[in-house]
Amino acid sequence: MSALTVDSLELSVAGIPLVTGVSFTVGAGERVGLIGESGSGKSLTATAVMGLLPDEVDAAGSVRLSDVDHDLVGATEKQLARVRGRRMAMVFQEPMSALNPSMRVGDQVAEIMLIHGTRPDKATARAAAVELLGQVRLPEPAETARAYPHQLSGGQRQRVMLAIALANDPAVLICDEPTTALDVTVQARMLELIRTATEERGTALLFITHDLAVVAQTCERVLVMYGGRLVETGSVKEVFTAPKHPYTRGLLDASDLEAVDEHGRLRTIPGAVPGAGEFPGGCVFRNRCTDATGDCAEAPVLSEVDDRGFACWNPVGGPA
Amino acid sequence: MTLAVRRSSSPSLWVGLGLVGLVVVTALASFLWTPHDPTLVDAAQRLRGPGTDYVFGTDKFGRDLFSQVMVGARTTLFVGVVAVGVAALIGTPLGVFAAMAPKWLGEFVMRVNDLVLAFPALLLAIVFGAVFGADTLTAMIAIGIASVPSFARIARSGALGVMSTEYVLAARSAGRSRTAIAVRHVLPNIAGLVIVQSSVSFAIAVLSEAALSFLGFGTRPPTPSWGRMLQESQELLAVEPRLALVPGVAIAIAVLGFNLLGDGLRDRYDPRLEVRR
Amino acid sequence: MTVQILRRALIFVVSALVASVAVFGLLAVLPGDPAQVALGVSATPELLAKTRQEFGIDRPLATQYFEWIGGVFSGDFGNSYVTREPIGPQLVDRLGVTMWLVGAGMLVALLIALPAGVFAAVRHRRASGSVISGLSQLGVAVPGFVAAIILVQVFAVQLRWLPAGGWTPPIVDPLDFLSGLLLPALSLGLVQGAVLTRYVRSSVIDVLREDYLRTARAKGLTPYRALLRHGLRNASVPVVTVLGLQLATLLIGAVVIERVFVIPGLGSMLLDAVSNRDLLTVQGIVLVLVLAVLLVNFVVDVLYTVLNPRLRQAS
Repeated sequence: MSALTVDSLELSVAGIPLVTGVSFTVGAGERVGLIGESGSGKSLTATAVMGLLPDEVDAAGSVRLSDVDHDLVGATEKQLARVRGRRMAMVFQEPMSALNPSMRVGDQVAEIMLIHGTRPDKATARAAAVELLGQVRLPEPAETARAYPHQLSGGQRQRVMLAIALANDPAVLICDEPTTALDVTVQARMLELIRTATEERGTALLFITHDLAVVAQTCERVLVMYGGRLVETGSVKEVFTAPKHPYTRGLLDASDLEAVDEHGRLRTIPGAVPGAGEFPGGCVFRNRCTDATGDCAEAPVLSEVDDRGFACWNPVGGPA
Repeated sequence: MTLAVRRSSSPSLWVGLGLVGLVVVTALASFLWTPHDPTLVDAAQRLRGPGTDYVFGTDKFGRDLFSQVMVGARTTLFVGVVAVGVAALIGTPLGVFAAMAPKWLGEFVMRVNDLVLAFPALLLAIVFGAVFGADTLTAMIAIGIASVPSFARIARSGALGVMSTEYVLAARSAGRSRTAIAVRHVLPNIAGLVIVQSSVSFAIAVLSEAALSFLGFGTRPPTPSWGRMLQESQELLAVEPRLALVPGVAIAIAVLGFNLLGDGLRDRYDPRLEVRR
Repeated sequence: MTVQILRRALIFVVSALVASVAVFGLLAVLPGDPAQVALGVSATPELLAKTRQEFGIDRPLATQYFEWIGGVFSGDFGNSYVTREPIGPQLVDRLGVTMWLVGAGMLVALLIALPAGVFAAVRHRRASGSVISGLSQLGVAVPGFVAAIILVQVFAVQLRWLPAGGWTPPIVDPLDFLSGLLLPALSLGLVQGAVLTRYVRSSVIDVLREDYLRTARAKGLTPYRALLRHGLRNASVPVVTVLGLQLATLLIGAVVIERVFVIPGLGSMLLDAVSNRDLLTVQGIVLVLVLAVLLVNFVVDVLYTVLNPRLRQAS
């Protein structure tokens, strides 16, 4: 039974497609990484799952949660509000601006419980908030609860965000580049915390990042996104050791500081990510792909067998 | 994922330009031609209604309303140009100076600036009127002085921003003098801000001039002025609301024009508003 | 925070003193002799000298200033050169009338601007939001006294619902007081409301773009509730600043509106004093108006500190 099911998600602005035919599931308690460069549509996909898309983005397809009896795409704001923060929660990229500057952080943690009535009153919610702040390993949680956001560091604020997200034991937690804005040393501890916290609670995790190393540390399964499409899926081990899609291989080569090309330079993917609406027809990667052939003018379909799949006519290492 | 939705040039800019253009053209045209002499008192033509001869009709002295509005546009623009000119020419260098001077001196300048802000244009003009005699000149200068603080503030914050950019730091480390940096780098880069503020201040100047003439502290008879036309309309308001409506609409067009122009220019110049989210 | 407020208070006191010197200085440079003005051209030199002594204008300027400002502290603004009556009591009386006007005008402005501004912000991408912003833009362009003339024409002349002018103190007849206050308050408030709407709108739009509002929605609040619980307090910081500036504008706007509606407030007193060349009275009124503006600025600074926890915790 999967906690989150996304089916044929299509997102567009003024007729320009941004995300095309994205389908995936996240099992209960499973940790899945959604990886891609900026402009790949990964954050937009996460935003769509939360139902927090800006007004100008049109969505089609289906997003369902295991314990919610309606589709989230096309749901009313009221319906969505009941689901957000209760059944699923999100940690955003920018810890510096994601908290209300004029409200004590303890109250901001307590608020999410009071909104959904998971604690009977203010006092109980406040006590629970202090407990949660302790669980995300903030020092002196009772004191931290009385602080304003500007008195905390970026890493501490992101822990507060995590405490807020976990407060109502949601079935699904979405993290959108939660460590990108943090120092490297703080990053590692934050990732460890996200991993253990979701493991302990059996929370399904959808982790959005551009950083392969982060996925390898945190997730069990990975979805690779490019040009608004999923191009490769599979377990972290399979995808990272035997990538099938040339784009995935390019990403891996680019992050491998020991792999060099024939000129002794670090490998990169040729060209740059096109702007929205400027991807080629057919396979979206074909204008940057060294293996592209005439077949690529037609869009390859992502075919999955046992959670392993890729969308490519000329996969790395030949057809599986 | 960022959505770069760049706004094409805003409608406010064009509507604003159109309205301001209308006022400017009317004022310029009045130098060459008006349907009648705006100051000609003709008892036989008192309070004529709008018609082919008198487009907006005549006032209680038989003067042509349309001609008065045309020449009034001249007065309005004249007051605005001088007042905004005074304010920009004093305020901008003052703000740049406050940004570049040693911290204590800059602070001091801004404190004095804040103090001037406590004397609103209208009050200053009334006091000046009491001291030096009320006419167009004192009104313009009073409005100008009262508008200095907004220019100084804008120029200072803009200059502080420019001063921290890398090319200014490079110019400073290359040993360029403060004045050279101010002229070569700071002024050109805050020009946009100053132009936006000029447009906004112009609208305030138009409003202030109208209010002052209405109170009898601005333009003196017989020079036509929209504010005084309104004042003269008061006693006949019950029978001839037209006399108030015509200059009232003229003032609103001018103020609306300069405000919209300022908005449109701000959208174009203010980097903060470009491509958000 | 206390340090901040004390600093602000010090700035206020110093500014007030400097302003009083400026007001005194402006009117002291005035050409012409108040005694001559009071007595007319036919006055004998002896009488002129005697009157100058009576007014105290034969002494050095510094003495005159300290005499005047010392009196002001105890509410004594001196005696009018024209009527020979003490200025202080009348000033307090007239200030009371003007305060009613300014307060009612502010109330009207807030009642318009808060709902209209929030609505226009939340719907700023839709037609209904644009209509509100368009109307507010139009409202800003109409001077208060033009609005007053139109309101009088419609509600006093045509419909005869409300008086076209005059003033009834609240203790004399509360109902007449209110009906007399309504049109002046609307004239002041409509225009300021339009100005304020634009500020409320833009600061709410800014807040709507903040990440913490997205967080609030991610917690499960609907957009309107997220704005109410997390947005308005933060949006209020810039609005309070503008509100302070607007109080000053209203105070000066009242000068003009009082003239339209024949209301015996500070504005009419000032204009009368100017036309009578009653300089000491002008000096007193201008001082009171400028002090009021400075006081409002001081209160705004304090509120700004209180509303903003970043500043509150600093120092």
